[in-house]
Amino acid sequence: MSAARQIADKGGARWSSLLRATAWLLLAAVVATPLLLGEGYRLPGGVGKNYLLTIGIFTGIHAIIAVGLGLLMGYAGQVSLGHAAFYGLGAYSSAILTTKLGLPPLLAMLAGIMLTALIALILGAPTLRLHGHYLAMFTLGLGMIVQIVFNQARGLTGGFGGVRNIPHLGIGSWQFDTKPEFYAVVMLTLGVTLLMAHNLVNSRSGRALRALHESELAAAICGVDVARSKLQVFVISAVLASVAGSLYAHFMRFVSPGPFGFVFSVDLLIMVVVGGAGSIWGPVAGAALFNILSETLGKIGEQVPWVADLDIVLFGVVLVAVVVFLPRGLVTLAARRPGRARGPAIQPEAQAEA
Amino acid sequence: MSLTDQIVQYLVTGVSIGAVYGLVGLGLAIIFNATGVINFAQGEFVMLGGMCAVAFTGLGMPLIVAALLSIAVVTAVGLLVERLAIRALPRASIITLIIATIGASFVLKGGAKLLWGPEAVILPSFSGHAPLHIGAAGIDPQRVWVMGVALVSVIGVQLFFKYTLTGKAMQACAINRSAAQLVGININRMVSLSFGLSAALAAIGGIVLTPVTMMRYSQGATFTLTGFLAAVVGGLGNGIGAVVGGIMLGVLEALAGGFVDVATRGLIHSGYSKAIALAVALLILWLRPQGLLGRRERESA
Repeated sequence: MSAARQIADKGGARWSSLLRATAWLLLAAVVATPLLLGEGYRLPGGVGKNYLLTIGIFTGIHAIIAVGLGLLMGYAGQVSLGHAAFYGLGAYSSAILTTKLGLPPLLAMLAGIMLTALIALILGAPTLRLHGHYLAMFTLGLGMIVQIVFNQARGLTGGFGGVRNIPHLGIGSWQFDTKPEFYAVVMLTLGVTLLMAHNLVNSRSGRALRALHESELAAAICGVDVARSKLQVFVISAVLASVAGSLYAHFMRFVSPGPFGFVFSVDLLIMVVVGGAGSIWGPVAGAALFNILSETLGKIGEQVPWVADLDIVLFGVVLVAVVVFLPRGLVTLAARRPGRARGPAIQPEAQAEA
Repeated sequence: MSLTDQIVQYLVTGVSIGAVYGLVGLGLAIIFNATGVINFAQGEFVMLGGMCAVAFTGLGMPLIVAALLSIAVVTAVGLLVERLAIRALPRASIITLIIATIGASFVLKGGAKLLWGPEAVILPSFSGHAPLHIGAAGIDPQRVWVMGVALVSVIGVQLFFKYTLTGKAMQACAINRSAAQLVGININRMVSLSFGLSAALAAIGGIVLTPVTMMRYSQGATFTLTGFLAAVVGGLGNGIGAVVGGIMLGVLEALAGGFVDVATRGLIHSGYSKAIALAVALLILWLRPQGLLGRRERESA
């Protein structure tokens, strides 16, 4: 039994209710810290409120995507190498529709969701019926094409220069134009995402997905529509990436092609794998660790220049080390008990083929 | 210049860059057939080949010595990647292994940046810059080197698989692992060999291409991605398919770059050439998931 399921299953959880309550309180405290911190107060290392809020916002935005990607990898056993493209589609939809057509932010976000879902359906429907990692190839190709379009469709996307002056996120006259407000919005969206993911995993289709995770063949024999379940998760994960992209656009108020390339797709993969695919909290932990680590390296790099060049190597080493020593990701640490069977992190269909 | 001359020029450009995609794709296919893993560090081997060759010639070595030494170094790196990222994970799933190779690619890319810095480097052309003429079309002689060396390498690999005992053992391993093990083939050694051979092929591609396009530490991913699509379009199970796929992608890209502006009256400009080649590749995959030369795969259960 995986660590993730032990946490997720109400019946299987062996955490005492006290421990559980403490964990929730701790989490609430961590999330609330950047909001409650005084304006002039400095944490060790000169970290102030503003900086903490920014890291929190980016962690939240990344976590929203990572949770979806975690569902796709952990439950459907499929890899997407192009989630940065869905993130970018959301961001550019919001950017273009609000600045060029003057659409309200929420409507633009909805348009982005629909566009992304449509593209995910077109890509996923034929590929997820096949064995092997076709989805990885198609999402990879999509990512490269979308990146080229962002750079080249200058009339629409502004090319290299991007889209500027994106309005604040707001509902009617209620504008989320300060950092604490936006942080709250991101955390709320992440909360809703986690709740949805939790319900999905524990619903009928969630059980189907878990059956898929164990053995695709057995699931199919039990009457699970394998292809449909996988497609459902894929579309959900793409939509989550699009929502995160819209949030990014309204936070930065500027988008350019850079952040939506293959590098970010791989970053997302790192967050999910390091945190632990196949659990809901794992990708969140992965996103937090990724952001904290890259910020810390950046800070050190300001003083010691060669450290800044070390980041790529370090991420590579961390990635390999985690898959070698903690194949189920960081969540294993939280749920580690003696005598628990350990196995490979993700069990894709490829094992059945071997 | 007449239209035919233009086409000749674009074809040479396309075939030469496509030949390198093909070498990467061939390497990917060899590793895929031995392990079922898609090696995301493959493009890094191309980059390392080019960078090493520049570094060694910079030390005053003659080109041929520098090239051979670079191939040896990159082959060793390939063996090391197999040892650290693949063999260390004996019971891991395919996805986990793929992610391990992504980690390896990060280490190589970051290492190259630390060692050689972020600037692009260039190698002198092997035989000068005086263009060869076919009709009115002028052709960079280095591109002829790229095509020639790639052709020789591909033929070499085919002969190796067909006529040597080790090559046959690797093929047997790709067709049926357990059966190969039963007849006494050392699977681990074959997997090692597949990584070494793939790394060497990629390094060759990198060395001959560097005088044409220059080389930068961050360029590996592009080769992996395009080589991967080339291999898939050609049929991953089939080495020659990868080469055909690579050349097809290269030619499509070059022709689209040359003619799409005129053909669509400026509606789609040449910046989209790579996107067009990729879209065609995905369309082919969509229609023929097994690739152009691949065998048909069974549908889902």
